[in-house]
Parts: sequence; C-alpha cells; structure tokens
Amino acid sequence: MPSNSKPKLATLWLSGCSGCHMSLLDNDEALLDLAKNIQLVYGPLVDTKAFPENVDITLIEGAVANYEQAAFLKEVRKHSKILIALGDCAVTGNVPALRNTIKDSANAVLQRAFVENSDKQPLIPTDVPKLLRKVYPLHEVVKVDHYIPGCPPPAGNIAYVLTELLAGKIPIMENKSKYG
Amino acid sequence: MSSKRLNFCWGVKKLKPADIIHLAETELDAHRSYKYRINVCCSSGCIPFGALKVLKAFEEAVKEFGVQKECKVARTGCIGTCSVGPAVMVEPGDYLYQSVTPEKARQIVRDHVVLGLPVKEMLYGNKAYFEKQHRLVMKNAGKIDPYRIEDYIAAGGYSALVKCLLRMSPKEVIDEVWLSGLRGRGGAGFKTGQKWTFVARAHRSPKYIVANLDEGDPGVFANRTLAEADPHAIIEGMLIAAYATEANKGYIYIRAEYPLAVETLKKALDRARAMNLVGQNILETNFSFDIELRLGAGAFVAGEETAILASVEGNRANPRPRPPYPAASGLWKSPTLIDNVETLANIPQIISHGGLWFSKIGSPTCTGTKCFSLTGKVKNPGLIEIPMGITLREVIFDIGGGPPDNKKFKAVLVGGPSGGCLPETMLDLPIDYESLTKAGAIMGSGGIVVIDEDSCMVDTAKFFIDFCVDESCGKCTPCRVGLHKIQETYTRIMDGEGKPEDLDFLRSISSYIQDASLCGLGQTAPNPVLTTLRYFGKEYNEHIVDKKCVAGKCSFKHQVKEDEL
Amino acid sequence: MTTKTVSLKIDGHDISVQEGTSILEAAIENGIDIPHLCFLEGLTKTGACRLCLVELKGQAKLFASCSTPVSDGMEVITDSVKLKEYRKKTIQLLLSERTHVCSVCVANKNCELQALADKLGVDHVAYEREWTGEKVDSSHPFLVIDRNRCILCTRCVRVCDEVEGVHALDLKLRGKDSQIIVDFDDSWANSTSCTSCRKCAKVCPVGAIYVEGEPLSQTKDRNIANFVLSRRKK
Ligand SMILES: Cc1cc2nc3c(=O)[nH]c(=O)nc-3n(C[C@H](O)[C@H](O)[C@H](O)COP(=O)(O)O)c2cc1C
Ligand code: SF4
Ligand code: SF4
Ligand code: FES
Repeated sequence: MPSNSKPKLATLWLSGCSGCHMSLLDNDEALLDLAKNIQLVYGPLVDTKAFPENVDITLIEGAVANYEQAAFLKEVRKHSKILIALGDCAVTGNVPALRNTIKDSANAVLQRAFVENSDKQPLIPTDVPKLLRKVYPLHEVVKVDHYIPGCPPPAGNIAYVLTELLAGKIPIMENKSKYG
Repeated sequence: MSSKRLNFCWGVKKLKPADIIHLAETELDAHRSYKYRINVCCSSGCIPFGALKVLKAFEEAVKEFGVQKECKVARTGCIGTCSVGPAVMVEPGDYLYQSVTPEKARQIVRDHVVLGLPVKEMLYGNKAYFEKQHRLVMKNAGKIDPYRIEDYIAAGGYSALVKCLLRMSPKEVIDEVWLSGLRGRGGAGFKTGQKWTFVARAHRSPKYIVANLDEGDPGVFANRTLAEADPHAIIEGMLIAAYATEANKGYIYIRAEYPLAVETLKKALDRARAMNLVGQNILETNFSFDIELRLGAGAFVAGEETAILASVEGNRANPRPRPPYPAASGLWKSPTLIDNVETLANIPQIISHGGLWFSKIGSPTCTGTKCFSLTGKVKNPGLIEIPMGITLREVIFDIGGGPPDNKKFKAVLVGGPSGGCLPETMLDLPIDYESLTKAGAIMGSGGIVVIDEDSCMVDTAKFFIDFCVDESCGKCTPCRVGLHKIQETYTRIMDGEGKPEDLDFLRSISSYIQDASLCGLGQTAPNPVLTTLRYFGKEYNEHIVDKKCVAGKCSFKHQVKEDEL
Repeated sequence: MTTKTVSLKIDGHDISVQEGTSILEAAIENGIDIPHLCFLEGLTKTGACRLCLVELKGQAKLFASCSTPVSDGMEVITDSVKLKEYRKKTIQLLLSERTHVCSVCVANKNCELQALADKLGVDHVAYEREWTGEKVDSSHPFLVIDRNRCILCTRCVRVCDEVEGVHALDLKLRGKDSQIIVDFDDSWANSTSCTSCRKCAKVCPVGAIYVEGEPLSQTKDRNIANFVLSRRKK
C-alpha cells in the first residue's frame, strides 16, 4: 500500500502519565504489523508541530485539566474522524481528576505545588496554562467515539480496538474493558 | 374520660349494640331541642384565620343575647371553603358565612339567630363551588363536633359496625365491599375488596391493620382534613375492616406535622375506647380490636406501604421489595392490611347503604367519590369532594372558578409531586384511575394544582424533581442517583447550558427510573418530566435553543459556562 | 420437613429448585449468571441495587431476581436488550455517584463494581461524576471506611446486624445524602458496640470498608454470612 493512502493515526498526550503510550508500545512486534497498515502522523512519538488535517484515528491519553488542553482537544476533534479515549485519565478523569474532590481545586493545587512545597521562592508561575475549575474526562469536552479504559489499558485491548477499526468493524468492549 | 361520667350519662357500664341506637336517639332529641346550630370550622385551614376566636365570640354572643337554649354553637371540622375562612355554617338551611370575624360573629347571632334574618352580605356567594361536589366521605365534615363521639353517633355513626357485629358474617362484609367497587384512595386504586380478601384468607394470627395517614405530598391536605373533621369514620372503617379480615390490632400512621389531626384522633380513640367501641369485647361481643396511633416523622416515602410497615415497627422508613406483599407478610411478618384513611372512611356508608348503592356513585369502573385538595392558581381553592368520572375542566373551572386575575390556564398537575402536568387539551379527561394513568398522570393521594401562564413548565417539572430527590429514601440506585442526574440536567437547562441532546437523555433516564426503581416513589417520580416533555416540549426547546423562558422564571445566569467548555 | 420443588425456565433452560428459592439463587445454583451487587448469600434480600432485574414472561414489570421467589411455570428472561441497557445504566450511575478511581483504590482488582463494569462493557460513564470529598474515617485501629467509595448496598449493615448481631453500622440521612454511620454517627474509634470482627470489610463489594495494611484479596470473604449461619443451624 502506498504510504499516503494508508489510514492516518495520531496520538495525543494530555494530563496523563504517559503510561498509556507505554502500553501502546508494549504491543511489541504487533506494532510492526500495525505500522504496515497505518501512517503515524502526530504524537509524542513523532516530530510534527501542528496537528494535521483529516486524521482517521486519534488516540488520546490523559484528562483535560487546563484551558489550553481543552482548546487543543476541540481542534483535534475537528480534524479526527475517529477519536478514542485511551486509558482511565481520558475515560474517567482518574488521578488528575482527584483534585475535583477539593474546593477551588485549581488554586489549591497550584498553591500546594508551588507555594507550600517549595523551599525556594514560593511563587505561582504565570506561564503555566490556566487550570480549569475541574478536570474533565474527554467526553465531557468533545464527542468521543470509542473508549479503552485501564490504568494503563492492556496493550492487547489497544491493538484489538485499532485492528477492529482498521478492518472497518466496531470494537465490542464487553468482557474486555478493564478499569484500574 | 371517666367511665363514671358515662354511667351517669347513659346508665350503662359497657355499651351494647342496642345502646348505640338508643344513644343516637337521645342525642338527636338533644339536637332537635335547638332551633339553630352554628357550626364553626376549627380545622387547620380556618384556625390561622382566627377560627378559635370566632368560636369564642359566638359562644359569648349567644350568652349575651340569652339564646343558649335555642342556639347551639359547635366546633366542627372543615366546611370546605378553606380560602375564605373562618367558615361558619348556620343550620337549618345551611347558611354558609365566609371570612367571619369576632365582630361579625356577634352580628350573625343578633341578626340571624335572634331576629331570624340571615346576614346576606356575609354569605358565601359561590353556589357553583358546591354544585358539582358530592359530599360522601366528608358528609359529616363541618356538621359534627369531631371531639364528640355522640355527634358522630347521632349522625348514624357506628351503626354500620353494629350491623356487622349483629347481622353480617365477615365474608358478607367483604362481599359488600367487593360489590361497591371501592378502590384504594391512597393512589394505586387497588380493589379494596380484593385486598381484604387476601388478608382474610391468610390464616395466621395476629393480623394487623394499618391506616395510612402519612399524606406526604406537598400541598395535599385531604386526609388531614378528614381526620380533623370526622375521626370516628376512620375508626369505624378500621373496626369493620378488622371484623371482616379478623384482624387483632390496628395502627393509624399519621405524620407528626399534623398536630390537630393527631389530637383529634387521640381524643376520638379515647372516647371510643371508653365507650367500649375499641378494645376488648367491643360492644360486649367477642370481637376485640385495639387501635394505636403511630406518629411518623413526615417523610414522603413513609407513605409507601412497605416503608410504613418498617416505620411502624420502629425502623427506618425504607421500602422493601414485594413480594411478599403485606397481606401475606407485613408487620412483624404477620398478615397486614394497609388502607388509606379515606378508603376506610367510605366503609361505614357502604355497609349502611349497601355496596350496590355505592357502586352507582361515580363512574362504572371507578365508583364513589374522591377528595382533592384543589390548590394553585384557582379562584376557589379548598378541599373538594367530587364524584369519580367528572372532568378536570369541571373541577378547575366550575368548582375552582379557573385562574384568578384573568390569567390564562396553562396546566394542571394531578397526583402530587409524582403526578403529571396536563395541558388545556386534556381537560376533558374524566377523573378516574385509568384515564389519568393513560395521560401520564396518576390519581395519587388527592392533589390538584392549577398552573397559569405565569409559570414556566421547565421550572415546574424541576420543582417536583427537587422534591423527589429530597424525599427519595436512597435505597435503590435508579431513584437515588438517577433522579439526581435529572435534577442536574434541569439546573443546566435553566442556567442556559442546555443541549439539544438533553431531551433524549431526560426521556431515556426517566423510563429507566420508572422501570427499574424499587418502589412507587421512583416508579412515578419522572411523571412530571415526561408529561411536561410530552405536552410542553416547545418550552424546553425555547430554553435550550433560544435561551428564552416565556414565563420569565429562568435566569440563564451562566449563559457561558465558567470553563468555556 | 418436606419441601416442594418448583419448575421454571430461565433463558429457556428448564430448571427445578426448592420452593422459596429466589430467581437469582436458582440461577446461581444452575450456573446462570445474573449480575448482582447488594445480594449476598445469607443476608436479608433488600432489592436495593436493581442490577439483578429480570423480565418475567407475561408481565410488563421488571423484577429484582434476588428478592423474587420462584414459582411454578415461571419463564425468566435475564438477557434482553433492555435489561442489558438498564444494567449498564445502573453501573454507570453507581460509578458516577461518588469518587471511584480504580487505579488508586485498595479494592483494585478485588472489586465487584469494577468487575461488573468490565464485564458488562461499561467502557465509560455517560453521566457527570460527582467527585465527593467525604473525610475518610481511619480512627479505628485497623478498620477504615472511605464513604466516597460506598455504593450503599448495606451489606455491611446487614452482616453486622444479622450475623454478628451487633448493629454497630446503620444509615443516616436519605436519598443521595445517605451515609453509612458507626453507632450514632460517631468516629469508628469511639464505637462502643463494634466488636472489630471485620465482617463488614469481608463483605463490602467495593473498597469502602477495608482492613488497613491487609490486601483486600485476603480480607474479602463473600461466603462469610452463609458460612456462619449454616454453622449456627447445625
Ligand atoms: C412514595 C409513596 C407515597 C405514598 N404515600 C401515601 C400516603 O401518604 N397515603 C396513602 O394512603 N397512601 C400512600 N401511598 C400508597 C400506599 O403505598 C398504599 O398503596 C396505600 O396506602 C394503600 O391503601 P389503599 O388501597 O386504601 O389506597 C404512597 C405510595 C408511594 C409509593
Ligand atoms: S424508588 Fe426511591 S424511595 Fe423507592 S426504594 Fe428506591 S430510592 Fe427508595
Ligand atoms: S460500606 Fe461497602 S458494604 Fe457498606 S454499604 Fe457501602 S459499599 Fe456496601
Ligand atoms: S442484587 Fe438484586 S437488587 Fe441488588
């Protein structure tokens, strides 16, 4: 297959620990098969600055915690045919969203990180992107087409969903999905 | 009440059946010796208007004019015109005075009693209010002194019990109730005769009866009014039910927020007990049945039949799954009959006049009458009793007089917080269990709230969802969490953050809650949501798409979500 | 005592069980799986979670299989499209109600709620989560209650009352505000009735009550109520 007619895959890393990407890489030699059938056009694994247009499948790791991410996610949605929430942070909010259990959490976490825990120059920096009031899972911000929960999601589940989608089928998560 | 005084009064130690008839005659003679009788409504509706002062003024005026011998002043229950209290009825002729003050009381005694000239300008002028009503359960209300068992007996009270004890077998009593077609007035409309049969067939003792006077629906006061006006009708109904089902012990479950009703029932029970009508060997027969009051803490869900059982037993008022039904396993796992107090209050008359007579009142599938608290935007709110089968239009416009101040009628909520909001086009619906259910409403325990053009239907639905969220017992997932999700969706819509897909969400979660909830609260709570969506869908769209509220109730205060998401 | 047997059909399978058995028990006995949470063998059936709902042929209503006794000729359907959808809704509502973060929960991999979510394919929660921040009570020497994970199944309340015979645990408030309390809403350390028997931790389907420092795989014992009660009968 000529590379420009192969489906385009992008991956995205929002507020997450990169574990989901690690899990994707955990597919080891299966990745080689996958690589034959797709072109990887964007992500932490690729050196591209702007999000490309007409992406077929976008895998997104991490929750939405700040305005920058929210805006970017909306852009990504516009350019992605299929958008997949990858891992518990993207699906539920998970650990980043634990701050939702405290009052005025955006300020509280900044205070804790940059003031209470700093031994030198306690100061909230002005150049961190502005935090949202709450941390959101992807589907509370944009429409999400498929979900692969797990912390991290099992490598096999990622491969399964991608394979099914590339084959034009709808993945079924019954008895497969895995939280935590 | 000392039995000494009884002995003194009636010359008997323990009343026997014949004494009831004798007592009724003596009492009637006493009544006849008065030329006039002034009934002053002193129920919870009229007391805030100063009814007790008016009562005192009448007593003083009668003394002042020296007509004590001709004119009896009686403290009674609800006369029915709660919005223009204190209401006073002068007999003979049923002259109904409205908004009586102590000064006016004196004038009424002077002009009407002494001079024989009714005070025309103070009379309640609205004939239509009573024309379409049919006072059956409330026939004694406003006519007898609820504190005097003698008044009740004079009005024919306890004669049905006597008839049962002397001349009917338990089975014949149940047959009569079957024949009457009476259906439960607590909401579900289950055939009373059927329920009694189940309990009668359970061959285990002890058996219990619980009279349901929880009445947790906001703005509904029909049961309270009944208990305040005619407590003995409830007691007699219970006694007959006990006789028919061979029950041993009864409880009247009443919310503690009804102090006057509690006191009235307590006094009534004491008197009935003192007169050998409640307790061991009633009227010197071998029928025994004691009745106790149980005060509830006023949770809406406590009115649900399995929750009421838990509460009477002293536990948290949580519903439990059925089967087993209370008729098989109720209080302390014994067969238990649970009936609404209005259902029970119908019984004495069914026994006295026969089931056939009763079955001719109302509509064929829904016999008898039903008491409603008519409230909201109507000219004549109050406690009404109507024959089953008349239309909502008749109730709202003929009896209620329609919305005041020339406002346009918009909707009517039938069946309390989990009822349905019906539009103008549904007003010709006859009031019976099936028609209401088909339209998406329920009979409930007797609330009709009229809504005019000033109200927003989205806001109205939210109001009732808020109520059900607060009142959900929290036991089962659909009701506890699902209703909360509905509530959040409404808050968003009213804050201007509604999305078109919210409507589908509301519909689908509503049917899930209806189907999956454990008890009637959850199963009916989405009714206001579904009916407003069905009949007032346009308003939802205006809120969501145009961010507009025709009634101007919704603030849309977060036009843009704080997070700009 | 002779007990009658009752014949019924579950998903087309012919089954006979003793009279008085619930549909769910009959299904379990015969290897048919109906998802359930609040039910625990040996404890009173409360029909609270509504996960075990089934359809009965000829009836419009749904029935909680855990609390509905079998009857002759009954035809039970456990896996209709509607039931599947409703189960997913129930699980999602439970997951959204409080704070469930499996990855950092003591019950991760030993949680009945998590297992059901996975099994039923609840790959996300369509409802906004509440993210409650109730204080965790770890005052007891080793029993901990984290109410943010509680799904109000009341297994703990029932096991404490019906098996241990103590009734140290109960519920306060109602609706979504309901909470499990110890004694009269005291901290666990101050409880005068709790015998520290751990039964609550053994039966809690999630990670709401647990024994500090002990892996939940070791604590959990779904059979405890049944075991104790059957010993007592002997
Ligand atoms: C949430 C809920 C609240 C109820 N409240 C009342 C009530 O206040 N009074 C009442 O009589 N019945 C109430 N009921 C109905 C009772 O469960 C029961 O059906 C009724 O008392 C039976 O009496 P009946 O056959 O005479 O109607 C309620 C039901 C539900 C589900
Ligand atoms: S439907 Fe609501 S009130 Fe009824 S049991 Fe369930 S939570 Fe309680
Ligand atoms: S603490 Fe555990 S066992 Fe108790 S009600 Fe909550 S989830 Fe159920
Ligand atoms: S297991 Fe049956 S309702 Fe919870």
